[in-house]
Amino acid sequence: MKLIIAVIKPFKLEEVRTALSGLGVQGLMVSEVKGFGRQSGHTEIYRGAEYTVNFVPKLKLEIVVNDDQVEQVTDTIAKTAQTGKIGDGKIFVLGVEQALRVRTGERDEDAI
Amino acid sequence: MQKKHLTAALGLAALLAAGPALAQEGPTDVPAHSVFVLNTLLFLIGGFLVMFMACGFAMLEAGLVRSKNVAMQCTKNIALFSIAAIGYYIIGYNLMYPLGNWSIGTDDTGGYLGAFGVAILEAVGIGADDADDLSYASTGSDYFFQLMFCAATASIVSGALAERIKLWPFLIFTFILTAIIYPIQASWKWGGGFLDSQFGFLDFAGSTVVHSVGGWAALAGAIILGARKGKYDSSGGIHPMPGSSLPLATLGTFILWLGWFGFNGGSQLAMGSIGDVADVSRIFANTNAAAAGGVVAAVILTQVMFGKVDLTMALNGALAGLVSITAEPLTPSLGSATLIGAVGGVIVVFTVPLLDKLKIDDVVGAIPVHLFAGIWGTLAVLLTNGDATFMGQLIPIIIVGVFVFVVSTVVWVILNTVMGIRVSEEAEIAGLDTSELGMEAYPEFGKGSQTI
Repeated sequence: MKLIIAVIKPFKLEEVRTALSGLGVQGLMVSEVKGFGRQSGHTEIYRGAEYTVNFVPKLKLEIVVNDDQVEQVTDTIAKTAQTGKIGDGKIFVLGVEQALRVRTGERDEDAI
Repeated sequence: MQKKHLTAALGLAALLAAGPALAQEGPTDVPAHSVFVLNTLLFLIGGFLVMFMACGFAMLEAGLVRSKNVAMQCTKNIALFSIAAIGYYIIGYNLMYPLGNWSIGTDDTGGYLGAFGVAILEAVGIGADDADDLSYASTGSDYFFQLMFCAATASIVSGALAERIKLWPFLIFTFILTAIIYPIQASWKWGGGFLDSQFGFLDFAGSTVVHSVGGWAALAGAIILGARKGKYDSSGGIHPMPGSSLPLATLGTFILWLGWFGFNGGSQLAMGSIGDVADVSRIFANTNAAAAGGVVAAVILTQVMFGKVDLTMALNGALAGLVSITAEPLTPSLGSATLIGAVGGVIVVFTVPLLDKLKIDDVVGAIPVHLFAGIWGTLAVLLTNGDATFMGQLIPIIIVGVFVFVVSTVVWVILNTVMGIRVSEEAEIAGLDTSELGMEAYPEFGKGSQTI
């Protein structure tokens, strides 16, 4: 089992969700986050004064999948979230030790 | 907005004899009683429209401060309006309109300091015999109308000093401004004082007498108070602090725009003849045109200069347009009024960043809108009114400016020395809502401006 953490542009959420559903992904967590990467924020103008927005709003997706799905899911996220412009985000893959479905007590791959 | 003077001999006989002063006001085809009634109605309608501007200022300021200071900004606005009502009653009204009873000066040589005494209304249920001035309007309506202008002046100050000034020193200053500073300088023009009699100064509804005065007082306060913490850094960087609610700021601007019809239209001071009511109508239309000009100028200019339209500048542009037309809303054509307002909008877009460069922190743009556009509007009288002279406009602008700025500075310095006018750094960072009031504007919503 792997945990896929994907940071994407907020407006791409619906597209990514639809694509992942098409792959049979059964669940996903979304949170609103702010941060910066190589893009390091951007500048805005408020009442004539230019200022830097250091932390840009993004969405963080967290998806747990079986090992054999990892490549397909990450590729799909990358493909659908990509605009080619700076700030498209990043994807990380981490190992997951255990999973448990609270309602039934099923464990690990059965719980995903 | 100069009141017609009461004649010294105030008997009804003298009034009904239709002396020259009376004939000027009441045309032959409208009975004197009707003129009195219609003029009074104009003051009452104009007055409650200007009263609603207090709401406009409150919403504009609530929208342009950060959410942690919104409840305090609302508190200041309703408190200052109420304090103005008391200050103007106890001292201000007679200081502004001494009706010839100057403490220093006379009507002929020029009045400098008006009369001292509380405002007194006409008795209950008067007949024509008992009216203070049958050719003008009821004293109650005049007092009510004039009070609203005085309160508007104080509203201007609160926005500029928002988010860091303590409540009580601000309210004490408000009392001094509305009871003494505003009425004294207003008497020089509208009370028939020396700016009126010696300079022929023209300021129809108060680009200088109201708006610049509020602006000068705000400027003095902003300099002494200093900028909000974190607004400017030592390397010359400016850190904007976006307001909590642009819809509220927009609502406030529209309310001010509406109220301005009473502000300028009511300042015709007469509605008892075809000529007067047609003039009031011209003023309404011109006032609207100037506001529109201010908005369009600010929208185009911010798009060109900054690459994006800045809504807050568009809102300031509307108000600057309104301030610009206030000194002379009657004589311009619709086209001229639009252009006069548009220049006001241009002034705002250039002077808001200028104040930032000078590290004068004006939270809502009150100084560009009311002071700079007010000066422009007072000079713009020259464009359309042949009675205005350049020196007759310029010198009073300077005299009023020096008087208000110096006296305000002295008052602010005294308040700062005696009790301190600025909240602690900790209170400022926590927000004045919780630190000074112990309540929040939006306790059930997210943290707004206090997030990362």
